[in-house]
Amino acid sequence: MNTSVRHIEADVVIVGAGPAGLAAARAATQSRSVLLLDDNPAAGGQIWRGASERALQSLTRRRETGPLASPRIQRMFGVRIFAGDAARRALRAETATGALQIRYRDLVLATGARELFLPVPGWTLPNVMGAGGLQAMVKGGLPIAGKRIVVAGSGPLLLAVADVLRSKGAKVVAIAEQAPARAVNAFAWSLLQHPAKLLQAAALRTMQWGIPYWTDAWPVACIGNQQLERVMVMRKGRRVELECDYLACGFGLVPNTELAQQMGCAMQGDFVKVNDAQLTSQPHVYCAGEVTGIGGVQKSLDEGGVAGSVLGAAPVTALAALQRSRARWRRFEASLNHAFALRPELSTLADDETIVCRCEDVTWGRIRAHSHWLEAKLHTRCGMGPCQGRICGAALGVMRGKTGWQVESIREPVFPVRAETLAALGARREENS
Amino acid sequence: MSVSASLSVSVGGSNLRVPAGTTVATAVAMAGSPAMRTSVSGERRGALCGMGICFECRVTINGQPHQRSCQTVCAEGMEIETT
Repeated sequence: MNTSVRHIEADVVIVGAGPAGLAAARAATQSRSVLLLDDNPAAGGQIWRGASERALQSLTRRRETGPLASPRIQRMFGVRIFAGDAARRALRAETATGALQIRYRDLVLATGARELFLPVPGWTLPNVMGAGGLQAMVKGGLPIAGKRIVVAGSGPLLLAVADVLRSKGAKVVAIAEQAPARAVNAFAWSLLQHPAKLLQAAALRTMQWGIPYWTDAWPVACIGNQQLERVMVMRKGRRVELECDYLACGFGLVPNTELAQQMGCAMQGDFVKVNDAQLTSQPHVYCAGEVTGIGGVQKSLDEGGVAGSVLGAAPVTALAALQRSRARWRRFEASLNHAFALRPELSTLADDETIVCRCEDVTWGRIRAHSHWLEAKLHTRCGMGPCQGRICGAALGVMRGKTGWQVESIREPVFPVRAETLAALGARREENS
Repeated sequence: MSVSASLSVSVGGSNLRVPAGTTVATAVAMAGSPAMRTSVSGERRGALCGMGICFECRVTINGQPHQRSCQTVCAEGMEIETT
């Protein structure tokens, strides 16, 4: 098949149209032209998936930012960026129909986060889904009225998801939060000092509707024939079996740092390292949102706003206000991570037959024989399927500890790409050089 | 916004009407089974992450295999096959 290559010369390129990317676009558009790219079919990221244009406009409103609907913001969706080159200031991408070569003056990576999954026996059954994933499917039109759903994992996202599912007519059987009651209570008190209004509202509604909220509780097995039928939950040391149609689970968020890493941006722990202006170690490459630290929508908006304001040469006072707000939300992030730290029991949920790498069907019994990620990968093919270790790599970081089990170096393509795309862009590159 | 139009797709040869904006993953689930593909060891699998990361929801769309159904929006006349 013949793949055509489209060449695009852009001013500011923003990767990711979630809160951070949208805030960056609005701020930068004051004096720059913006090309906003996303793999998803529409703007909003995961948290605002399916939101209308008007809702997005109001949700991303910050101090002195430009309009979201502007001829200076061009948007492209269904764009998968699989490689970046910071020295040449270029990105390579593919769409459903072709290949893209994009040149930028400045780049903002706002690639967000994915959910952390922990393999438990039976977790590969259909209808065991990510909490955010099920929410996305519901927003994408999945009818769930009358369905029984267990929500399990950790963090305030569970409350928000339960709230959405209930509002669409589902029966939320229980929310199983792994954190201990005292940590959750301490967090609830700290919420009062922060204007995390959405979270407060979701928590409140969950209580009002009488959805059982269990602390010290986590799933230990998923049971079913063709699809999920029951979930076994460990609650305060006792096993409880719950009949359900879906398990919506999420044990926290994992930043999507692959593109930044492939482009050579320095890391700080699990996250991309940025300075006060959200600039990474690579010139002209900025990062904003969950990729610099998991902290929720407000932190993402502030960081995107800072990056966009720096690029758009916003007034110093506006920038300083955003930076102050950003500092507050980063402190909130720290308290969040402290309250919902994963308990050690969660690293031993899998048994020897439990599949850990779902792309290549590699079991825990085969993986645990190896002492580090690279060795396990070479011997078992774990992490070598199309998700490139995004699911099992993060899980093994919890199950085996991070030392030796981090995905070592990120090379292009950071997403699986069609051979025709590589051929078309490769050939073009040779012509140019 | 007003009530959006519906469109027609086929899942495994059976026709289905879905609201405009429905993802392929949702259309497959609406057609009756949450399973999208068969894994390398023969397990039936459905969508997991719902956001384009895990590749569990791959289906064949208009003859093109390995399309992520959660990241694809239904278009009129689309032919979807689970594997």
